[in-house]
Amino acid sequence: MIRYVLKRLLSLIATLVVASVVIFVAIEVVPGDPASYMLGLNAAPDTVQALRDELGLNASKVTRYVNWVSGMLSGDFGTSYTYRTPVSEMITERIGISGPLAIYALLLSTLIAFPAGIIAATRRGSVADVSIMGATQLGVAIPNFWFAMLLVLFFSIQLRWFSAGGFPGWDQGLLAGLKALTLPAVALALPQASILARVMRSSLLDTLGEDFIRTARAKGLTTRQTLWRHALRNALIPVLTIIGLQFSFLLAGAIIIENVFFLPGLGRLIFQAISQRDLIVVESVVMLLVFAVVLVTFLVDVAYAVVDPRLRAR
Amino acid sequence: MESGIFRRNLVIGSVLALVFLIAAIVSFFWTPYDVTQLDIANKLKKPNAEYWFGTDHFGRDIFSMIMVGARTSIAVAIVAVGIGLLIGVPLGLTAAAWRHSLLDELIMRSNDLVFAFPALLIAIMITAVFGPGAVNAIIAIGIFNIPVFARLTRGAALSLWTRDYILAARTAGKKSFRISLEHILPNILNLLIVQGTIQFSLGILAEAGLSYVGLGAQPPVPSWGRMLAESQTMISFAPHLALFPGFAILLTVLGLNLFGDGLRDLFDPRLRRESR
Repeated sequence: MIRYVLKRLLSLIATLVVASVVIFVAIEVVPGDPASYMLGLNAAPDTVQALRDELGLNASKVTRYVNWVSGMLSGDFGTSYTYRTPVSEMITERIGISGPLAIYALLLSTLIAFPAGIIAATRRGSVADVSIMGATQLGVAIPNFWFAMLLVLFFSIQLRWFSAGGFPGWDQGLLAGLKALTLPAVALALPQASILARVMRSSLLDTLGEDFIRTARAKGLTTRQTLWRHALRNALIPVLTIIGLQFSFLLAGAIIIENVFFLPGLGRLIFQAISQRDLIVVESVVMLLVFAVVLVTFLVDVAYAVVDPRLRAR
Repeated sequence: MESGIFRRNLVIGSVLALVFLIAAIVSFFWTPYDVTQLDIANKLKKPNAEYWFGTDHFGRDIFSMIMVGARTSIAVAIVAVGIGLLIGVPLGLTAAAWRHSLLDELIMRSNDLVFAFPALLIAIMITAVFGPGAVNAIIAIGIFNIPVFARLTRGAALSLWTRDYILAARTAGKKSFRISLEHILPNILNLLIVQGTIQFSLGILAEAGLSYVGLGAQPPVPSWGRMLAESQTMISFAPHLALFPGFAILLTVLGLNLFGDGLRDLFDPRLRRESR
């Protein structure tokens, strides 16, 4: 087990190192000098030089890469070219919105998908099954940002239950914050819940056809007991993988959904940074998101090995 | 009865997909109105006999814009699938032909690396470097498609390599390259077509998302995602601006998904009984 985790950990680190090089090289080829961009066209050359020195832009590319990575490791993401504030501060502030949004959406989609998938599988072929499967077809096909707009149209503009966007800040209380994140989380959760429900259904159907289920029934367990004690636990393995895989879609989705609701999260930050050519911010946020995706994949792999000992042998 | 459902999927799916494909093709020769012409006098008209889907804040005909937008969406998604196929399939075939070699390991680990970047992040980086545009959207979605096809191809090819007829071909003296091309590829074609349909529909969704946040096709080229972005501030008094492009995306993607499901069942009758 420890060997398996170590092996996965090594591959995690290798992926992160290569990813950081790719990101650094990609952003480095951008034409234009951030220092002259910050100071404007009329800046005196020696002022530009001084700023280049201050930003560490005069060092060699290798030194700058090493500085960037070692900075990130110690929590120092550099200084924003546009705002002249530490990038780490900007990111921490924004994660306070994007993080809870992603987790909220994940919870919602699990809460919707599990019962839906279980009902569809246990009542296969029934009206409930057909309607749930039909609904998931729609859920997979609907663009989540458009669904978000429809939610705004209905719940904010027609019914006036929720505000159409913006974020009051967590200092206004947990409830106010959660309320502002509810419509975005529902919009994010819908496509994910649809995929999860389908996976849950087909995985449970597979499991229900296995011999050990027949054995459980034969020894006198009721349908419900078989389902809860034996079938669900085994059916969950593929479902967990999908949840892990979907995390990256969730993060990317959150970036877009934040735009619909004008939420000041990582997504808004990155698009602002792109339009202001604040590349150090782009670089750092992209790296952070890649780190999150790779980390979740790693955790799912390890969770897998804990649940299913056969996988450790690989 | 169940096989009836699958045939229905295929029919509904292909009809929906064809409607938008035809709209896209026709838009090259004819649209009810010129999508680049502004007509402020007729701005924000509700759907009526003259303007079937109404007009936008510049008085442009929404129906015409949806037709031209179909062109953008379909073109971006098709080329992106093409990139995935053209690069991913040879990589997968190579990895399977020389399985467990250093080359295989290298290809698969590079795939893992690309998987760590969601398409949106690739698009963000490309846009940060080269600026926004339809071509960059194509590249971003295309890059994302490469590992999808490489993994699928490798997995399917690996199981074929253990078959007797491949062994026969090897004893006949055929080289790995020829076997991959003459025996493996034709046998995984169905799988690739089905996955291609799925990636095509995902590509349409991705393109819409990218143009919505301004990383896709740029004005004046109409695109469904940007139409939605522009409609957002007017949704309270002109909801039709947001409804029609959204439905266009939904129906195209739904059509392609149903079509893909139907195709999969057509190619693999075993699945019909399992009813996924």
